[in-house]
Amino acid sequence: MRLLYAFIAGGLFGAGLFVSGMTDTAKVQGWLDVFGDWDPTLAFVMGGAIIPMAIAWRYVPGRKPLVGGLFPEPQEPKVSRNLVLGSTMFGAGWGLAGLCPGPAIASLSYGGVWHWVFAAAMLAGMALAPMLRVALDRTVPAE
Amino acid sequence: MEQDWIWGLVGGLLIGTGGAVYLLANGRIMGASGIIGGLVDGSGRSSASERLMFLAGVLLLPILLYPLYGHVDTHVSTNPVVIIAAGLLVGAGTRLANGCTSGHGVCGISRFSLRGIVATVFYILAGGLTVVFFRHLLGVI
Repeated sequence: MRLLYAFIAGGLFGAGLFVSGMTDTAKVQGWLDVFGDWDPTLAFVMGGAIIPMAIAWRYVPGRKPLVGGLFPEPQEPKVSRNLVLGSTMFGAGWGLAGLCPGPAIASLSYGGVWHWVFAAAMLAGMALAPMLRVALDRTVPAE
Repeated sequence: MEQDWIWGLVGGLLIGTGGAVYLLANGRIMGASGIIGGLVDGSGRSSASERLMFLAGVLLLPILLYPLYGHVDTHVSTNPVVIIAAGLLVGAGTRLANGCTSGHGVCGISRFSLRGIVATVFYILAGGLTVVFFRHLLGVI
């Protein structure tokens, strides 16, 4: 059942990314570009997505997931160097291409060759991340 | 299109419902970068089939919906330097930060997570500055 639920969740996610227009890089960059012809769509997508999630989180305390096991622990409210640096790097790439990891996958079937190039570079970046972590810890022993 | 915001809201509700299913059924946080990244660096090997099924859904539903739209233009850049640099930054950055728009944004903000909110502020600021700089000052995107 775990696999079926994962497929359903992924399907809802992919359908949502598709119908919302979030695989259109012009809509994402249009939202980020406050000095251009501003496109508000992304704010509606974010707001719409947060509503069912907020309801789901309210259900979590004192219960167990449908397939068993445990719900994720509440996080320590700790803002780390890697969180800030990584998010800044991610934002720069997001602005440059107008794609983030979800839409990068959702658009592979129809986006054309440049979406595949982006996805390949993204996977390479993900593969390099553990090394980047180690290098950062060596040069800036923060945290 | 004037109805873009309605489709944005509908799509957002679908995305959030997907996240709710993943959380309530499987007890997992629906973060695209974490789901993909765990397969890339091997940290998610024990849950590889669950991750692959999720990604199969993400990939398949647009294939099924596409014929209803006829043609979808993604307006993606065709500049190889821009695309490769952007991909590397998105891949490395989301893994370093342990999350992206879905994990930190949708799932984090909805549980009032400080880390999710801080991450979202930084990636939106960086994204906004990047678009302004590379579009309006350099004119390359």
